[in-house]
Amino acid sequence: MKVYLDNSATTRCFDEVAQLMMQVMCRDYGNPSSLHHKGVEAEHYIRYALETLAKILKVNEKEIIFTSGGTEADNIAIIGTAMANHRMGRHLITTQIEHPAVIQTMRYLEDQGFRVTYLPVDGQGRIRLEDLQKAICKETILVSIMHTNNEIGTLQPIAEAGELIKKMNPMTAFHVDAVQGFGKFRIYPSRMKIDLLSVSAHKIHGPKGVGFLYKNEKCKVSPIIYGGGQQKGMRSGTENVPGIAGLAKASELIYQNLDADMERLYALREMFIQGVSQIEDVKVNGCMGDESASHIVSLSVRGVRSEVLLHALEDRDIYVSAGSACSSNKPQPSATLKAIGIEKDLLESTIRFSFSVFTTKEEIQYTLQTLNEMIPELRRYKRH
Amino acid sequence: MDREACLRQVSLSEMPALYRSMQDNRKEMDMFTSFLIKYAEIGVKGKNRYLFEDALVKQIRHALKKCDGEFQVRKTDGRIYVDAVSAFDFEDTVEMLKKVFGVSGICPVIVAEDEGFEKLGERVVKYIDEIYPDKHKTFKVAARRARKNYPLNSMEINTQIGGILLDAYPDMRVDVHKPDIMLHIEIRDKIYLYSEIIPGPGGMPVGTGGKAMLLLSGGIDSPVAGYMVAKRGVKIDAVYFHAPPYTSERAKQKVVDLAKKVAQYTGPIYLHVINFTDIQMYIYDKCPHDELTIIMRRYMMRIAEHIAKETECLGLITGESIGQVASQTMQSLAVTNEVCELPVYRPLIGFDKMEIVEISEKIDTYETSILPYEDCCTIFVAKHPVTKPNLKIIKRHEQNLTEKIEELVQTALDTDELIIVS
Repeated sequence: MKVYLDNSATTRCFDEVAQLMMQVMCRDYGNPSSLHHKGVEAEHYIRYALETLAKILKVNEKEIIFTSGGTEADNIAIIGTAMANHRMGRHLITTQIEHPAVIQTMRYLEDQGFRVTYLPVDGQGRIRLEDLQKAICKETILVSIMHTNNEIGTLQPIAEAGELIKKMNPMTAFHVDAVQGFGKFRIYPSRMKIDLLSVSAHKIHGPKGVGFLYKNEKCKVSPIIYGGGQQKGMRSGTENVPGIAGLAKASELIYQNLDADMERLYALREMFIQGVSQIEDVKVNGCMGDESASHIVSLSVRGVRSEVLLHALEDRDIYVSAGSACSSNKPQPSATLKAIGIEKDLLESTIRFSFSVFTTKEEIQYTLQTLNEMIPELRRYKRH
Repeated sequence: MDREACLRQVSLSEMPALYRSMQDNRKEMDMFTSFLIKYAEIGVKGKNRYLFEDALVKQIRHALKKCDGEFQVRKTDGRIYVDAVSAFDFEDTVEMLKKVFGVSGICPVIVAEDEGFEKLGERVVKYIDEIYPDKHKTFKVAARRARKNYPLNSMEINTQIGGILLDAYPDMRVDVHKPDIMLHIEIRDKIYLYSEIIPGPGGMPVGTGGKAMLLLSGGIDSPVAGYMVAKRGVKIDAVYFHAPPYTSERAKQKVVDLAKKVAQYTGPIYLHVINFTDIQMYIYDKCPHDELTIIMRRYMMRIAEHIAKETECLGLITGESIGQVASQTMQSLAVTNEVCELPVYRPLIGFDKMEIVEISEKIDTYETSILPYEDCCTIFVAKHPVTKPNLKIIKRHEQNLTEKIEELVQTALDTDELIIVS
């Protein structure tokens, strides 16, 4: 049995998505900017994508900008907002547990003379609204908070934060990195006061290299890529038509059955957590129940280095991710794990399991059984 | 599936001939269609000389397979020529030739039809102008008349061409002792013109010195050690010890990548990958922890020697340098060496780290070597490993292993994974 539990890294493409993309690449391969029939054909796919995504988010089609993925969407949202609004203020707010696509972009803006506040989180990885309230000032042009944490699965109080931000400073834009949340939850930007929302296709069984940014019409954002003026000048460059078609198809499929799928995934997660809690000295990081995403479980296994556990599991055809990408030569413990105040000797012993709609009960059982056998064995050997 | 296999599956059948276009930017090199290969040391090997020359020809042919274009490599009149018989990339070809051991110099040659002496003079004048825009140089003409029915003899060619050049370029001067430009003109079936010598790597052609087994770890030192021994004409095979799940597949891929870099100089390398986990764990369980590394290394040497003997290698090569780490003190080296019958070559023994790094940068292994993947020597290393091991004590502790170790070593040898890297 091959058990792929690294779905927060990337997911298997839906067959329908791959087929549709093949069709776009080989049959309807026109450039949507071309005036002839081939171009019109290609444009149909873009329209289909805009319609589909606008319907899922309950937004206007004009508010969708296709990008090369989550990272680019985050970059446009953050740098673009900063560039367009720097006369109104030079202060931005984010959290300590964002994805590098946000954190590193913020660091870049700091080098450019902007001021950035990094909100701390509690032991479960949630921000406190009081901290956010205190941080917002007249100068604040953007708040960026992730929807679902990619390492521990914690959900942030997005709707409450949106409400608070607009109450404190109506001019402040609200960006949400929903790369791990889209396709798992129903997210309605206008109701949650979200101005900017980043999404990636390959986390929801779509292709790599494509994603989108939702941008509220009223929100002022400068482009960061210049060229032929496609997508109303917001993101120049010939549209990635097969990718965009695949993104839309994947979104359509993932939202088709969302409630039933999520119910099943939460049950699997619960079962998995129950199972691993039986193993001595294994700790689950983050939240329980519906305060967490349904698809991520972060475990700290005392006395076993995450890389070793990862390769040992790989040996039994179970694919997971090390909680913090590190090696003995260059230890770089993850910022998220540090921010939730995890013990120092557990930092390098943390591993992430992430599920998808393809994950089955049998796979979880097999994984539990394997962990039960493997962990005591691996604990015998260690560095002195 | 290794990387090669992954890439092969997706590669399109028609690869565009990208590199052809590069030549358009290199007009001035287009005139060279041949290279004269100079070899220093192998010239003096007496009756064995032809063996060395044949090996060199073989190595050059092998190296040029990776270049765009078709080449003929021929041995005539005690010289080796590389003739391009199709369009080719001058720079890539020179880079490749610079990696063939035994080559001491590479001379780009112009091959011209014999259309009479007057035309030859014109060609030489043009040649000098193309290669040396600055004419404030001294020169000497060195003609060689292999085709004896040519109307002028060597001395006459020297003086007359010299005169033509002096007339054409008044700034040039003759210096027969230490000229800036040594212009060679060889009269054969065609006329060969050359004056520049690009230095080669020296050494001796790989394959003339037998074969040795390199212990390749993934660090900085061992690829350099392999390079240095190969330079003396020795063919290289390699052995790598991995310890899954404690070392990752990426660590193994890194070693394959390193072997590939070394193989640019040595020709194809047979890389043996040995699964060392069970042996390592057994030693961990049975022996004092501070002796783990040294005992492990003794088993690595035993296994490497076993494969070496089976594959007709005449020695082992390691990247050890005295005192670099605990397992490379004089005492540790003596204890590790004790298990081997074959000679163990340690070409870096007297090198400082910086000197080794310098060579690794030159042969382009450094960047790969410093990728941060753990190898099996570091995963369970003790905080304070023994630096002055005592052979008697080590041997006594190895007694603890008698029950199962032979079986484990045999299993490791039986599951040897062979990767041919070129």
